[in-house]
Amino acid sequence: MTTIDLDIAVQLSDFKLEIDRRIPLSGLTALFGPSGAGKSTLLRVIAGFEHGAGRVAFGDEVWEDGRRFVPPHRRRIATVFQDPRLFRHLDVRGNLAYAARRAGQVQAVPAMIDRFGLSPLSGRRTDTLSGGEAQRVALARALLTAPRLILMDEPLSALDHARRLEIFPYIEELRDEAKVPILYVSHVQSEVARLAGHMLTLAGGRITGFGPTTDILGDPVLAPGLGGEEPGSLIAATVSGITEDGLCALDFPGGTILTTQRLGAAGARVRLFVRARDVLLSRERPEGLSALNILPAVVSSITDAGPASADVALDCGGTGLRARITRRSAAALGLEPGVPCHAILKSVALARD
Amino acid sequence: MTLADLAPLWLTLKLAATVTALLLVLGTPLAWWLARTRSRIAPAVEAVTALPLVLPPTVLGFYLLLAFNPTAPLGGFWMSLTGGTLTFSFAGLVVASLFYSLPFTVQPLQAAFTSLGRAPLEAAASVGAGPLDAFLTVAAPLSMRGYLTAAILTFAHTLGEFGVVLMVGGNIPGETRVISIAIYEEVETLDYTTAHLLSGLLLGLSFAILLALYTVNGRGRMRGLG
Repeated sequence: MTTIDLDIAVQLSDFKLEIDRRIPLSGLTALFGPSGAGKSTLLRVIAGFEHGAGRVAFGDEVWEDGRRFVPPHRRRIATVFQDPRLFRHLDVRGNLAYAARRAGQVQAVPAMIDRFGLSPLSGRRTDTLSGGEAQRVALARALLTAPRLILMDEPLSALDHARRLEIFPYIEELRDEAKVPILYVSHVQSEVARLAGHMLTLAGGRITGFGPTTDILGDPVLAPGLGGEEPGSLIAATVSGITEDGLCALDFPGGTILTTQRLGAAGARVRLFVRARDVLLSRERPEGLSALNILPAVVSSITDAGPASADVALDCGGTGLRARITRRSAAALGLEPGVPCHAILKSVALARD
Repeated sequence: MTLADLAPLWLTLKLAATVTALLLVLGTPLAWWLARTRSRIAPAVEAVTALPLVLPPTVLGFYLLLAFNPTAPLGGFWMSLTGGTLTFSFAGLVVASLFYSLPFTVQPLQAAFTSLGRAPLEAAASVGAGPLDAFLTVAAPLSMRGYLTAAILTFAHTLGEFGVVLMVGGNIPGETRVISIAIYEEVETLDYTTAHLLSGLLLGLSFAILLALYTVNGRGRMRGLG
C-alpha cells in the first residue's frame, strides 16, 4: 500500500500545523476537522504549494526535505480545488486536453468526456457552466493527468444540496474504479460518512485520530471535537426490496431498517448513518409508537458524555450502535453491560456505498 | 507638402513599434517578479521603474547622454559591439525609449499579473505544467488585456517623446528626427503648414490609439476578462 510520510511544521496565523506521521493511503481517506484546523494547509503542503514545511515523502520518493524540493508539477498529483479553477481562456474540451497532453494521453480525452457526461458541454466556455458542471470538468481534468494521488479540497462545499448529490456518484466512481488513492478534505460529517473508508481527524493543527470511518465517527471521545456534529454509528446494509406501502427495506445483521428514501435496486450496498441522539432506548418492546425502526440490542458499555449525558454502546446483531441518553434515563432503565433492550431509531441518514 | 515631410512620421512609428516589441519582452519578467515577490528590495525596484513618470525628460536624457558616451561602460560596450555610438543614432533612441517608456509597460503588466493571483498557476501545476509552460499557456493568455493595455500605452507614449530625444538624439533626418522634433523645428522656422499637418497627424493618431485602448478595456469589462 502507498503511504505518505509527513514530518512537518507550518506556522499559521494563530496556530502551528505540526504533524509527524506515516499515513497509509487506500481508497478515499478523509481529512476531517473543523474549519481552521489546518486541513487545507496540510493538503497544500502535500501538493507542493507551500515551501519549507519539513519532510514529505510519497512511498519511498522524497518530495521535500531540508535539501530537496520536488515542484508540484513533477509530483504527478492532481488537485481538485474548492472552486473548480478551470482555465477560462479554454473551452471544456480545451481544459481536458491541456491536462491530457501533459500526461501524454490525449487519446483518453473522448472516453473521459463520455464518462463524466460532458459531451453536451465540450465546446462551452467554462464561465457559462453551472457549479456542478464545472466541478465535473475539474474531476475529469484531474483524472486525465494520470495522477498517482488525487487531492480534493472540499470539492463540494461551493455547491448546493442538489448539485452535491449530482457529484457524489462521480467521486464514488473515481474512488472505486480509478484505483488512485484520494485525500479528501471536508468538514461535513455526512460527506465523510458517505465517501471515506478511512479518516484522519485534525484539530488545532494536530492529528487527533486516524482509522476506519466507522470507528472514528462512532468514537464518543473524538466525535465531539469534529466540527460540532454529534457522534453516531455507521451501519452497512443491503437493499432487500420495496414494501407494498412504498418503503425501502434495508437488511443488516441486526435486523431490517425501513426508510422512505429509495436507494437503488435490491442488492445495492448502502451505509446508514444514525446519530447517537436519534436513538432512544427502551427495556420493553415499545407499543403504540410511530417510529418505524425498533431493533433488539444488548448494551455493551456505557460511558459518560458531558455533565448529564451518557453514551450507550449497543450490540445489534454484531453491528455497533450508539445511543446518547441522559444518565438519569440510563439509571432509571437499569442499563448496564449485558442488559437487553430495544433501540428506537428516530431517523437515519443514508450514504450509498 | 512632399513625402519627405512625412519621413519623421515613419521614423516615429518605427521607433514606437521597436520599443513596444522590445519592452513587452523585457518588461514581462520584471513585471512578473514585481507581482509575485515578497523581497524587501521590491519597493525600491518599483520606485526606480516609476521614475520616468515623474522625472523631467531632460534629466533622464542628461544621464542617458552620459551613459551613452563611449568612455562610459554602456557606450563603450555598444562601441565594441557595433563600432558606432549610441548618441545621435536610432539605436540610441531605442535604448533611451526603453527607459523612458518602461513604466507604461511594467505597470499594466504588473497589475494584470497581480490580479491573476496564484489560483490559475496552481491549477496549471496540478495538471503537470511547469512554470514556463504555465506562464505561456495560462498566465499570458489570461493577462491578454494587460498586454494590450501595456502595448497601446507604450506605443502612444513613445510616439510623443520629445525631451529625451532632444538630449540624446538631436535632429538628424532619417535617424533621430522624430515627429515631435520635426514639429518643433517647423514652428521655429515658421513653417506652420507642415507643423499643422504633422501635429494634426499626431493628434489623430494618439486619439485613435487611446480610443482603441478604452474600447478594448470597456469590452473586456463587459465580457468579464481580466
